Formats: sequence, C-alpha cells, structure tokens
Amino acid sequence: MGSITLTNVQKSYGAVHVLHDINLDIRAGEFVVFVGPSGCGKSTLLRVIAGLEKITGGELAIDGKRVNEVSAADRGLAMVFQSYALYPHMSVRQNLAFGLENSGMPKAEIAERIGEAARMLEIEQYMERRPGQLSGGQRQRVAIGRAIVRRPTAFLLDEPLSNLDAELRVSTRAEIAALHDRLKSTMIYVTHDQVEAMTLANRIVVMRAGKIEQVGAPLDLYNNPANRFVAGFIGAPHMNFIEGDVVESTGGTVVIKAANGEQFTAPVPLNGVTTGERLSVGIRPQHMGLSETGRGLPAKVRLVEALGSETVIHAEALGQKLLAIVPGQRHLSAGEAITLAYDGAPIHVFGANGQRVN
Amino acid sequence: MSQSQPATRPLAPAPKMSAASLALMPVHFIMGLADKPLRALQKAAGIGGMATFFLAPNMLIFSIFVLLPIIINIVYSLTGGTAIFLNERTFVGTDQYAHIFNCSNYLDPRSCQEDAFWTAVGNTFWFVVIQVTLLIVCSLITALILNRDLMARSFWRAVFFFPVLLSPVVVGLIWRWILQRQGLLNYILYPFGHDPVTWLSDRTVAFAAAVGVSIWAHMGFYTLILLAGLQAIPKDLYEAAEMDGTRAMRVFRRITLPLLMPNLLVVVVLALIKAVQVFDEVYVLTGGGPGTATQFLTQYIYETGFVSQPRNAGLAAAASILMGLVLVVLTLIQLGISKRNENKGKR
Amino acid sequence: MSRVTQFIFRRRGGKGWHWTDIATWVWLIGGLIIMFGPAVWLALSSFKTPAALAEFPPSILPYVSQQATVQGYDKPLTLFNATMPDGSTRVLAEVRRVGTVAQMVDPKAPAEIIKVNINQRTPVRSVSFSTENYVQPFLHFDFFRYLWNSVFVTVTATVITLVVNSMAAFALSKYEFKGRNAAMLVILATLMVPLSVILVPLYSIISTLGLFNNLWGVILPTVATPTGVFILRQYMLTIPDELIDAARMDKASEWQIYWRIVVPLTAPALAVLAIFSVVWRWNDFLWPLIVLSRRELYTLQVGLNIYSGELNVQWHFILAMTVVTMIPVVLVFIFLQRFITTGIAGTGLK
Repeated sequence: MGSITLTNVQKSYGAVHVLHDINLDIRAGEFVVFVGPSGCGKSTLLRVIAGLEKITGGELAIDGKRVNEVSAADRGLAMVFQSYALYPHMSVRQNLAFGLENSGMPKAEIAERIGEAARMLEIEQYMERRPGQLSGGQRQRVAIGRAIVRRPTAFLLDEPLSNLDAELRVSTRAEIAALHDRLKSTMIYVTHDQVEAMTLANRIVVMRAGKIEQVGAPLDLYNNPANRFVAGFIGAPHMNFIEGDVVESTGGTVVIKAANGEQFTAPVPLNGVTTGERLSVGIRPQHMGLSETGRGLPAKVRLVEALGSETVIHAEALGQKLLAIVPGQRHLSAGEAITLAYDGAPIHVFGANGQRVN
Repeated sequence: MSQSQPATRPLAPAPKMSAASLALMPVHFIMGLADKPLRALQKAAGIGGMATFFLAPNMLIFSIFVLLPIIINIVYSLTGGTAIFLNERTFVGTDQYAHIFNCSNYLDPRSCQEDAFWTAVGNTFWFVVIQVTLLIVCSLITALILNRDLMARSFWRAVFFFPVLLSPVVVGLIWRWILQRQGLLNYILYPFGHDPVTWLSDRTVAFAAAVGVSIWAHMGFYTLILLAGLQAIPKDLYEAAEMDGTRAMRVFRRITLPLLMPNLLVVVVLALIKAVQVFDEVYVLTGGGPGTATQFLTQYIYETGFVSQPRNAGLAAAASILMGLVLVVLTLIQLGISKRNENKGKR
Repeated sequence: MSRVTQFIFRRRGGKGWHWTDIATWVWLIGGLIIMFGPAVWLALSSFKTPAALAEFPPSILPYVSQQATVQGYDKPLTLFNATMPDGSTRVLAEVRRVGTVAQMVDPKAPAEIIKVNINQRTPVRSVSFSTENYVQPFLHFDFFRYLWNSVFVTVTATVITLVVNSMAAFALSKYEFKGRNAAMLVILATLMVPLSVILVPLYSIISTLGLFNNLWGVILPTVATPTGVFILRQYMLTIPDELIDAARMDKASEWQIYWRIVVPLTAPALAVLAIFSVVWRWNDFLWPLIVLSRRELYTLQVGLNIYSGELNVQWHFILAMTVVTMIPVVLVFIFLQRFITTGIAGTGLK
C-alpha cells in the first residue's frame, strides 16, 4: 500500500510549463525527498500528487490505480503544509477531528485515533488549545498529527521544517525519521535544504526547472552525481569545479588548460574525450588537502575561516576560486602560497553539456 | 515531594459552550443539512462549478435590481406617457431630453420649459459647492484636533461621529424641532433681544439650514477617514523634522499635507458624490421649501416620477440619467485616486 | 501664522496652557454641545405635554403645571404662586382670566374670589415625564406595526446580506474561474449607480415582480451591496489558501470549506458588515417611501415622516416616536462604536 507512479506527468499554467514529463516510481513505504532550488517545481509536483492541482498531461497512479480525475479528498493522502495550515478557530482536538468527521467516521473511533496520535506526538496536554496559543514546534506536531489520524496511503510534507528555528529543526528532523520508521508509510517530503534531504531520504529526487535531474539514494547522489547540477547541489559547501579545455587525455590522467593558460592534471581515466573539449573537473572541498610534499595544485590563500575542528581555506588557483576543508587548526594567512593536494580524492568530470563523463 | 510546574501547562481552560455558540446551533444544523445536496452538486459541477454556485445569488440580485434597472432606465428615458410597464409606453426618442434642454436663455433657469429641473440643478450645484467646502474644512480641523495628544480621544471621536448613525428622518425632525418658532434656537437668541422667527420660512435661512444640517449629520464620517490618514503618518517623520528644527508651518505644508493628500482627495470626491444626491434629511427638514429654495435633484426625480399627477416617469428617468452621468464621472475619479494610492503603497 | 500651526502640532507637553490648547477645548466642548445637544433636547422635549411644548420660552426639563380640584368647581384648576399686594405669596387656583387680571381662589377657602394681575403670578410646576407621549402611539396609532416592519426589514435584509455577500466574496477571493474579473467589474460598476439614479426603473421592476406594497420589495434591492462584497473579499484574501487546501485534503466539501472554515475566520469583517447593514436598513427612507404606500406596511422612518407632515402636527407624539426610532442606533453607537469607527477607517465605507 502506498506506491505512487507518475508517468509523463505534465503541468502547465497557460503557456508556462511548470513540470515537464515527470517519470517517477515511488515504492510503498519509501521516504522520498524532492529537493531543488526554489521555483524548480518540487512543490507543484507535490500538490499535483495531492490532487490540489490538476495535471495537464500524463498519468498519475496510486497503488496502480489511475487517479488523474480523483479529487484531493478521495486520494487517501494526507498533507503537512509549510505554514501548517491549522484551522485557527478550532482547538487542537477539533483540528485533528475535522477530517475524520468529514469522512463520516464514528465518534468513538475518532476519539481513539486522536488519542493515539496525541500520545505518539506528545501533544496530549494542549488538545483544547487553539493553534494561536501554541509554539511553532507544537503547531508543527499538530500538523503532523492531523495527517497521522487520517492513516493515509501516503504522507505529503511540504517544507515542514522551514518555519522552525535551527535547533528545533534538527530535533524535529530526527523525529520525522523516527516516525517514518514506526509508521512505515510512504512519505514524500519537499525541501530546498539538501541536509534534510540527505538525512531523511531513502531516495532523493533532485529537480531543476520542472525536470528531474537525478533520482537515487543519498550517498549515490553524493558519490556519483549524474550531472554538474546535482554535483553542485548535493553536499555542503558546494563542490569545487575547475573549468578548462582538454589538452591531452592519456591512460589514467587528463590534462586541461584553464582560462588563464595554466594547466591542471586530474588523475582520472577518461574515454572518448577529444582535445579542446570543455570539461569541468569537480572535487569536493572535503577531499582537498594541504600538500606536505609539494605535489599538487599551487594556490594562493584568499581567506581562512577557522572553525576549530576544521579550517576552511578559500584559495585561488588557475585563476579560479577553490575551497578546501582541512581537519584541525592551521595557521595560514591571506596571501600565503600553498599547495592543494587531491591525491586519491574522488574526482567528478562533467562535459560541456553538464553530464558526467567519467 | 514538590513538583515543578510543567512548562507546557495549558494557557486557556477548555472552551465551554458559550451562549453565542448555543445560539448558532440551529444555524449550524441548517447549514449542515445543506451539505449533502451540495456535495452532490459539487460532484456534478466540479470545484470550479461551485464558484458559480457561490456567486450566483449575489449576481442574480445584482442583475435584477441594479443592472436591469440601468438598462431599463435608458429605455424609459426614451419613452413617454404615464404607464408604468414598458410595453405600454410610447417611444418618443430624445423628446424628454429635448424637453429638459428647451431653454430660451441657458443662463436663466426660469426661461426653460422644465424650469423645476434647472432650479433643482442650480440649487444642487450651490449646495454641493458650499456644503463640500465647509464639510471638508470642518472635518479637517476636527481631525487635526483629534490627532493631538488628547485625553479620552476615543470619546471625542465618538462625539463627532454620533450624528452619522442617526437616520435622515430623525436628523430632519430634530432640526425641524429646534428651528421651529417655539424652538430651541429662538429661545437661545431670545435673551439677546431677538424676536422669535420661523426660521425655515426664509429662503436663505432654509438653504443655510439644509447645508448646516447635512454637515452636522455627515461630518463625523469624513473626520474619521481624515483622522485615520493623519494617524498613518509615521511619527518619526515629525521627530526627524523636529530634530532638523523645522518650523511648524513648514512641517504642516511639507509633511502633513502631502501625506494626507491621498485621503483628502478621496474624502473630497466621496463628499461630492454624496452631496450631489442630497435628499433625505433635507426633504424631512424643509420638504424642499420654502417655494423651491431647497429642492434638489433627487427630490425633483422623486416628485416627477412618483408624486406629481400625472406621473412623468420618462422625464424622471431622463433627469436621473443626467445625474447618473455626473456620478459616474465622480466615481471614476475616486477609483482612479484609490488605485493610485494603492500603487503608491506597494512601491 | 506659526502660532496657528503650533496650535495644530504642539502637544500639550507640560508647558502649561497654550492658547491653542484652549482653542482645542473650545472646539471640543462646542462640538459636544452641537453634536449631542440636539438629540438630548429632542429626548427631553419628548416627555413634555402638548401644553408645555407650545410654551415659549421653553423650559429645559419637562414641567407640568400643578392642578387642584377645588370645591365648587367642576374642572381641576391650575395652581399659581401669586404675589399679594403686601408682598407675601400664596398658592391660589385660577378660576378664569379677564384681560390682565386673573380671578383666583384659595383652594382652602374657595368662596372668596381674589383678583391678581397676571404678572404677579407664576404657575406652580414640577418636573414630570409625560410618558403618555410614548404609550399613546403604541396603543392608538400603527406605531407598533411600523416598529415591527422596521425590525423585520432590518433583520431579514441583514441576514440575507451576510449570507449572499459572503458567498460571493468567497467565490471571488478563493477561486480562479473564467469571468471572475467580469464579475468584479460588474460589482464595481454598481458602486457608481446609487439608488437615486435608478428609482424609476427599479420601481417598475418591483411592480412587475408584484413586490409593490410588500416589505420584500424594500428588502431585496438592498441586499447585494457592492461594499459588502468588497470588505468581505478584502478580508478573505488574507485567509491563507493553504487552509483551504488543508480542508480539501481533509475531505471537506466546498460548502463545508465556506461554512466551517471561511465564515468563522471572516467573523470580524462579518460583524462590521452586520452592524453597517443594520444601521443602513434601519435608516433607509427614500426607497421604502416609494415602495410602501399602505399605512400598515410603513417602516418607522416612513411612518414618522408621514406623521410629521400632517397638517396639525402632533409634536408630542412625533418627538416620542423619533426617540424610539433613535434607540437602536444609539445602542449600536454606545456598544459598537469602536467596531464601526475602525471599520470605516479601514475600508472607507459608509
């Protein structure tokens, strides 16, 4: 129960296409996170699944049944909204009961379900309060509770943590993960925060401009981003990209020439690249180090951020800005010459069209 | 063992059934009954169809009682005779308008065939000019005073607002009672050696009374809007001006007036629209008299169409269309100003 | 000139009384007298007997001349304080008046006629509220009928206004549909067409519908107020769309969304509109005057006007009925004034 299949789903407002041919198969019980920059269509995709927006092309199926024409109320889904959308004039209890009453459930069962959800979310002591009398975190729980009591086929969560402060966000994130483990229902979660995506998801769907860029397990996306966009989006801080034209590609290395004329040698075997082709070589800041031996990429320090446990070095090499995160505390000053090491680092190479080539 | 209060103790007690919610129970019941058939309707019509359902009653009433009359009014003004129903009336083209505009000398209402109309136009014109001017001045002064750091400001605001709620009939009767021969005004003037006068039998006094009473009745409304405008001016502007040592007059001219201008313009146009339609309280106060001294356009339309024998609905319609044109222009100006104010607010 | 502007701007800041403060208070006190005075005067007058009303100069409070039944006279006689030639005063009853001389008797010794110059006597009076003025119209006129008609029109029109306008405002604020802008335009256009412009055709429509001389003919044309739709829509636009979505996910029908979610959340605006509607409908005059021509259908306003226009105006009844007509509005004013003033300040409607 709870599989959702999207086949060539399209959504457009007049001439504006918001979603292009979305194909996605969400398995029952899976925790899927839609992530992407704002305006990428991830929220629209969620609302399309919810039934709050009508799709303009393709097919949407829940548990194998086509639901294109089924209204939001009858899809058996529950949604947690970004603003929580609690009914301000109803008590917490009434908020939880409203949806159940609407489906004509017997009073005793309503009370039982509400009691259970309230215990699970530890909101029993504010059941008679109005949402206005609750803190942000409490409201958040009520919003989740309203979804839980429905026992939906799948939960849809639209940036549910974005209105919480940083500390609460971390703890609530963990609770949502625990909730998923416990309920084992399908959850679809929309966020623009890749940390939330990495920590919560079974699978992440990275979106950009109404298209799915890549779908995969969090570490798959981290380790093997399919394109430059995903590589840049997943992981913090962003991956370093060294841009240049291929000078030569032999055996296990490729040499590229940056715009300022300097050359860079990347130890990756590449097939089928031609001389002169534009490449981006990506190395995560965490995989860059300071060379002890003098072998590596000569660079100049621009700025040093000492975080205590690690040091973030903003450097310039090949006329481009690079970031390196090294463990421990380093005493460096701006203007100092260093050598950046990348021996053994995972190296991602992307072609001119942004697709991965290695 | 003492236990500390849990931090999440409920703030409010469980809400009890209030009297209001009890009173609303039958309403809820009825509205609940309506849900079943309306769910069926929603199934058939879709969510978009429900929008039409929600809009329909209002639109129906609008169409029958506002839109249709506008159209009929134009047709009416092109017909003659004394019948009420359109199909019984004879088409006369623009005769009604020609009748209205049939004057030998356009500067003298008495030279017109329909002199009562032009007298009413003239009266209305002077009423509008004098009443609106005085009304705005009084409202502005009152608003400025109420915007001072007063004790019990809301009480004083209420004082000036009180007559706004009174019905025009009550307003008219109150002042008729005061202005009559045995009235309060004569009594007040008596000690100053003023012999009792029947005030409203004098043409000039009656007109002045019409102006004064309508100002009395409506001033509070405009004061309120202007006061809201004054209070919306940020206090720090005045503080900044004070820091700069700006002279008070300059502050008024350079800060208060320009920032109040949007409200002032709206108030002026609103007052104009109201003044053009002046009828109720003046009609009760003077009945249009003495003679025709306080007969205004709306009264002319009312009397031509409903009181005079035989009724002349065609002529009344033509006159009302002429008045409607003036009002449409004024309303468009007002909407234009409001729109501009809104856009300013956005920027 | 700067004095004038100081008058406008300077706050009372512990600097003692500036003349501008005095001017302010003169204006305020003057306003108090002019705004409240007439209504108070009317209310006081309404308790006077017809005789006291005809008096000039009038008294502030309602007085009644005292009368006494004197032996030997059929009718009660009016009592006076008479100043005797020796300077003493006695309470005498007036039998008749001849020229400037009043023939009076002492109630205790009715046999002897005392002649007193009319300037030497003043009536014995006491404050007395003539509630007759109020009772009579209820008993012998159709006043109760008018009152009922007014209440019926006001309540019915207000209820319909609230329901119909809130439904329209809901459709116009929470749905996207073809013709929404057209509907908004139509409503806007009706703002420009006040009643006074469409009197004649509206009358013909009411007659065609058979609503002439029918209270529904008074009610129906007033209920679709464009201003009502506007304030409600404005308010509903502030209700987050996510709430509506949430309700849809909660299996609420559109009607339930309207009734269970939107209407309760619009309560403040509905309250303002309700107050306005009550005041508007209670005070309506011209339209009921046209539609209602049978006495038993008159609303208070029409009835009052008709009575006050009769040849021998019975002011004592008119005044009392005016006061009764004023009462609901005064109650609204006392208890809901704050609502109304903020409503006007916020929306600029009347």
